[in-house]
Amino acid sequence: MSAAGTVRLSVDGEPVAVPAGSSVAAAVASVAAARFRRSVRGEPRAAVCGMGVCFECRVRIDDTPHQRACMTPAREGMQVSTDD
Amino acid sequence: MTERYDVLVVGAGPAGLAAARAAASHGARVGLLDAQARHGGQVWRHDVLHGTPRPARIAFDLLARTRGHVEWLPQHQVISADHRTLLVETPRAAVRLSCGSMVLATGARELLLPFPGWTLPGVTGAGGIQALAKQGWPVRGKRVVVAGSGPLLLAAAATLRRHGARVLGICEQAPAAAVAAFAMQLWRWPARAVQAAVLRTRLAGIPYRCGSFVRMAHGRDALCGVDVDDPHGPLHIPCDLLAVGYGLVPNVELASMLGCALDHTRIHPCVRVDTLLRTSTANVYAAGESCGIAGLAAARIEGSMAGHAAAGFPAAATALLPSRQRARRFADLLAQHFALDARTRTLAGADTIICRCEDVTLAALDGFTDARAARLATRCGMGACQGRICGTTLAELDRFPHGGIRPPLFPARLATLATGDPSTP
Amino acid sequence: MSHYDLIVVGAGIVGASCADEATAAGLRVAIVEPGPIGGGATACGMGHLVAMDDDPAELALARYSLRRWEDHADLAEAEFSRCGTLWVARNETEAAGIAQRVARLEASGGEAEAVDAQALYRLEPALAPGLCGGMLAPREAVVYPPRVALHLVRRARQRGASLYAGRAVRRLGRATVTLDDGTVLAGPTLVATGCALPELLPQLPLRPRKGHLLITDRYPGLLHHQVLELGYASSAHGTAGSSVAFNVQPRPTGQILIGSSREFDVTDPAVSGPMLQRMLQRAFDFMPALRGLQAIRAWTGFRPTTPDGRPYLGAVPDSTDLWVAAGHEGLGVTTALGSARLMLDLLQGRPPAIDPAPYAPARALA
Repeated sequence: MSAAGTVRLSVDGEPVAVPAGSSVAAAVASVAAARFRRSVRGEPRAAVCGMGVCFECRVRIDDTPHQRACMTPAREGMQVSTDD
Repeated sequence: MTERYDVLVVGAGPAGLAAARAAASHGARVGLLDAQARHGGQVWRHDVLHGTPRPARIAFDLLARTRGHVEWLPQHQVISADHRTLLVETPRAAVRLSCGSMVLATGARELLLPFPGWTLPGVTGAGGIQALAKQGWPVRGKRVVVAGSGPLLLAAAATLRRHGARVLGICEQAPAAAVAAFAMQLWRWPARAVQAAVLRTRLAGIPYRCGSFVRMAHGRDALCGVDVDDPHGPLHIPCDLLAVGYGLVPNVELASMLGCALDHTRIHPCVRVDTLLRTSTANVYAAGESCGIAGLAAARIEGSMAGHAAAGFPAAATALLPSRQRARRFADLLAQHFALDARTRTLAGADTIICRCEDVTLAALDGFTDARAARLATRCGMGACQGRICGTTLAELDRFPHGGIRPPLFPARLATLATGDPSTP
Repeated sequence: MSHYDLIVVGAGIVGASCADEATAAGLRVAIVEPGPIGGGATACGMGHLVAMDDDPAELALARYSLRRWEDHADLAEAEFSRCGTLWVARNETEAAGIAQRVARLEASGGEAEAVDAQALYRLEPALAPGLCGGMLAPREAVVYPPRVALHLVRRARQRGASLYAGRAVRRLGRATVTLDDGTVLAGPTLVATGCALPELLPQLPLRPRKGHLLITDRYPGLLHHQVLELGYASSAHGTAGSSVAFNVQPRPTGQILIGSSREFDVTDPAVSGPMLQRMLQRAFDFMPALRGLQAIRAWTGFRPTTPDGRPYLGAVPDSTDLWVAAGHEGLGVTTALGSARLMLDLLQGRPPAIDPAPYAPARALA
């Protein structure tokens, strides 16, 4: 952890800092374009249920695709990519 | 390698925490699991700005001070189960847990109903925005409309305000008379009445509309405004976020996988339990919202009862029965006064997506009277959410009944499913 | 009583194909189906259009049928994806048999080529290291069978076929069938009921053979061909109580479909944890990258299996105007169109394009 109570990670290459205890979903939403994935028809989608049921918040975290961002605590140095 | 426990408790919300404590108070070795990284479930969720709710902290701390041993197992997601064993996935591994008895405290999820524009980024559940805000989702300065049904809307609005959001209004679909009648009954549940009074103060200045619902969400790549139907006339409200939820639905999938009988009296099934909170499957107990939406007090009492019973001390459980019955009556109050207006079920148009995972529209489902035929032809329900969202919607819209469940309970790594049980050849 | 030129019992891929062929030939057709169209084994399998060279009769029927499948390559409902089939050898013994297999496939009119180790990894980089080679059938494809069945029934109805949906046949009579609601239909009858065959024609031995499949979330680009181990045929043609064989498929959606397993004497459709474990462990041996993929669904299905593994196609012995097209084991989708053509030839007394003797139902009573 960096500055007391902050976690630094990157979302689509952009550095993001979130309070400790935040989820990856919160980190993604902090970036201007809050879009997590594209639907089958190519529409932008973002988190809906916040509790791991809807799967709309799936992102790639450190080379593993299809992770539910709302269920994953943000950790220092994570590399998150959206829109996979 | 199989870890053995006397009692496994699935879900670390209020019911699960109470169950773990009760079981451990008799000396049992308890495993308390949750798919989340922290305890608290939804209603007691840790807030990055405001910390863990006091009752949750107390409940968790008490676990360390019991006669028995409670092992806290965070980020443990149940993938498959029988009445004695759970196959569980963690962030990097998979493990089998075995037990003498099991308490299911799997809680509830939100009922999301489709309407034009509901799939736009910026549209979340009402419980959804509460969960997201607490986990750090930026809402400060954002204009938010809260809509749908139930006391949860007030709690969501209060959380939003506490996180610095501008709550533009609350649109409750129940008519004013029903909400007033609900409020007038609250004196029977003093804790709730106090809670309601506190919420009223916290929400001062926020318009609370009854008989009101969101008809459409607008935006190209993200939400920019909503159309609201209101008894006083239609409104358009420009906003950044729409938090819309139409009530809660019990999470019964694990119970179903364990062969537990479900109660189908209401549209959405709940787990059927007897007065000792036994399900129909030997050694499996259930407590809290999964047994029917009844709120926090019922969850805590039932969790304790199930924990006592699961540890082999039914008398301790039975002693709590009268308070349980009182708390459970709150469920009927909720169901009665916040029943959904028929118009909320006809918001979706032909082009409205029903299955978000596979982009199946309402029109694509026309002509199918059989759920399985519809699935096969359209792939509705075959996506990652495994039909949790669309299946619940379609049951609410009275199109198709809830379907059955097969493992994996949630999507899981193939390596997890390949995890062998050393005792099985 | 309604009179038809042909009553087709069962609207899985085989029944639907027969109804389609019959209406195309100008026959007045009735279709009887109790459940969703294409809802039986048709909905449970991989939809792989594949020629297997082990049994010459099976190969002939498959080749005949695969040519017919080309007509559906542009049909949207078919979701036809020409990913090709890559067979993989585990060891030198299996590799040694490849040349002969290629020769047989080519002789039957297909395209096949041997693939050395280097080419193998160019074709499928995700394969486990240490494999010595394989065989590629580049023109083979995968389809989505339930929607094809729906299309064929829709086409048959457009040509005038009557669909008795949600109805089952209670009794077969002499050129009549009685439905479960008492309706009586008159006409020559073709039974294409898959695993339910023993209910109407118990004299034709047929056993259900349980299989497991699993589908993942979307991973486009991970897998390019349907990949099977060369030992798959031993599993399919073997009589072992239970077996698994490596078989993976890239769906056009980008999802990966993983199989396969076979079990006799199990009628419980529940997904078996231990069977999944065996199947997946086998798959990891060939493709370790599968370990980390997200599985979304697992399910089971039952393959209708005759004692010699070949379908019953032809007249039911000791009967008049009663025909059968059932028992295709794991090749129902591949051989459905060819089976239908063959059935129509037999029904209308024309010499069929392929020798019908290997599929004669009478062989079961010999």
